[in-house]
Amino acid sequence: MNTAVCIKQVPDTTEVRIDPETNALVREGVPSIVNPFDAHATEEAVRLKERYGGTVTIISMGPPQATEAIKKCISFGADRGILLSDRAFAGSDTWATSYIIAAGLKRLMSEQPVDLILCGKQAIDGDTAQVGPGLARRLNLPQITYAISIEEVNLDARRVKVGRRLETGVEVVEAPLPALLTCVEEMNEIRYASLPNMIRAARYEPEVWGRDDLEVEDELLGFNGSPTVVSKIFAPPEREPGEIIPGGTEDPTGVAAVIADKLIEALGATASV
Amino acid sequence: MPKKPKGVLRLIAEKCIGCEVCVGECPFDALHMEAGLPVIDYEECKLCRKCVKACPTDAFYVEGEEEAVEEPQAEAISDTEADLQARLRQYSGVWVFVEQSGDQAHPVSWELLGRGRVLADTLGCSLSAVILGDGIDDLAPEAGYYGADTAYIVDDPVLAGYRPQPYAHGCLNLIRKYKPEIMLIGATTLGRDLAGAIATDLHTGLTADCTGLDIDELTRELRQTRPAFGGNIMATILTREHRPQMATVRPRVMEALPRDESRTVEIIREPLGLSEDEIATKVVGFKPDADLDKPNLTYATVIVTGGRGLGSPAGFELMKELADALGGVVGASRSTVDAGWISHDHQVGQTGTTVRPSLYIACGVSGAIQHRVGMQTSDTIVAINTDPEAPIFQIADYGIIGDLYKVVPELIKVANERNLKELLLGKASEAVS
Repeated sequence: MNTAVCIKQVPDTTEVRIDPETNALVREGVPSIVNPFDAHATEEAVRLKERYGGTVTIISMGPPQATEAIKKCISFGADRGILLSDRAFAGSDTWATSYIIAAGLKRLMSEQPVDLILCGKQAIDGDTAQVGPGLARRLNLPQITYAISIEEVNLDARRVKVGRRLETGVEVVEAPLPALLTCVEEMNEIRYASLPNMIRAARYEPEVWGRDDLEVEDELLGFNGSPTVVSKIFAPPEREPGEIIPGGTEDPTGVAAVIADKLIEALGATASV
Repeated sequence: MPKKPKGVLRLIAEKCIGCEVCVGECPFDALHMEAGLPVIDYEECKLCRKCVKACPTDAFYVEGEEEAVEEPQAEAISDTEADLQARLRQYSGVWVFVEQSGDQAHPVSWELLGRGRVLADTLGCSLSAVILGDGIDDLAPEAGYYGADTAYIVDDPVLAGYRPQPYAHGCLNLIRKYKPEIMLIGATTLGRDLAGAIATDLHTGLTADCTGLDIDELTRELRQTRPAFGGNIMATILTREHRPQMATVRPRVMEALPRDESRTVEIIREPLGLSEDEIATKVVGFKPDADLDKPNLTYATVIVTGGRGLGSPAGFELMKELADALGGVVGASRSTVDAGWISHDHQVGQTGTTVRPSLYIACGVSGAIQHRVGMQTSDTIVAINTDPEAPIFQIADYGIIGDLYKVVPELIKVANERNLKELLLGKASEAVS
């Protein structure tokens, strides 16, 4: 049972701020982390390895420093890590990204069998949820998004049964292997890295595959290969601030009455429109 | 002719957002990223200015550059440019994917038709609904009532429940045959699953979670605006050389047109052309959520949200009491969900649910940008917080600086005494009719 996990190194977006005066991003000291959904996907792959044997390979695309995120996944218990990194890949949108990662996965799958590919449901910096489906289409694999549980892996029949987290419940689907899943955070609890894995991760050097290691066409890579372009960036429009109702500390009863008056007035006003 | 002084490429680091577009654009490998910023290799830089033009935030400039008065010359349109324009002109019309389950349309479909109508009228083209499913004929006239001129229907038993493979197949056939210039899809679990698959095969751009969609009347391009970096900035995205221009939009971001039964719709049917034994994935079961308290935040009229200021998970009981008194549901900030005080179903914001209630009451919520982007289009916002500097007060209509444990019980009392619930529910039923 061999699993490949696609991960992304992301800035911890909860730490990113914008300077309202200059409209510039304040990026000092913003830490990089493994995209949380991808961390859950890695945890799931390691659990599958513990249950069925086999290996876990991490694959990521990014600048050279993204090896740190791969090493983190090695500390979770992954066996091998591959970083797809090349200047030609820079500026890729989701279409070009899935093209490059699919090329990396194709090379991996030509070297060793892969039964399952796991991704996070989306990355917290872009929130697009597009690369997972893109990979499934390019590799012509069953696409199972929002996976919350892998209920059964039948290696003899080469089938997998997966629960999908939908808005109103959990749908159970069955698909042939190999399949591609995108994982939600409720899938598992991430365990602490074991000491041997942490030591292994500290010494581990991920393989780096560049443009010449993959079968790709130059015009489909990076900025030129991306159908979308960013044309403008600006600070989000702010809602106008309203009024502070005084007396929050001394007179909560009075404040509550004022709020009720205001609401009745506001509702009356909008109701009559 | 005097020789042009050679300038030096400079980066304004404060403007740079680290998007790496410049690195990919540089034909001389003169740029690489270090610590999130591009570094210029002056040995290699030929001052071609491709990075200057490509940078979305104008972070590059050439120092010592003479303000050369360029001769206004008509841009020579090359053959390839003319070919491109001819190819793009083959595409016409605005399409909206109508998401349905059990022959019920998801309301986001009608919201997208509302916005699609504006786009189609600006472009002077038609607006179409795309409806796939099994026995979904009733939805075609309904799509017409909400603004569609045409409904493309693919009706096949294989489409009874959603699966990406047959739904993508049906949509791709339609798009390749009829060539729309714009395709809008709801950013639901189903819509995101489908959109990513379709855009990959079509080799076109797809912009997720747009909060603004409008037309550049000069170029006819769709300007797709969305929050980036967790809502800290807004980015406008274009799909310049590929069609259709695809975008997803979350529920409650756009507004549906009033339902108008006098409107008629033209129906065009296409076969699916795929049989069940060609489909790899089978749906073998569905377990509906047993949790009856599961909130429907998206379409709630009143939301009472608790934040870190509650101090403990028990604080959500008070939130529930106020929500009940107002006929609303309980929301939560990300930090309370991360702390395990309440389930993720309750989370409002960028990584939770986007909401647009008539009344939003934020109790002990500081109001981080990720939270605000998910609730700032609420009709009326009330914020209670002990910290007068809390960012939530910047967007609240009514702010109360004080202890929520003193204020909220008074609000519950006054809500019951003055029957605010009836008033709010009355407003909700009015909105539906």
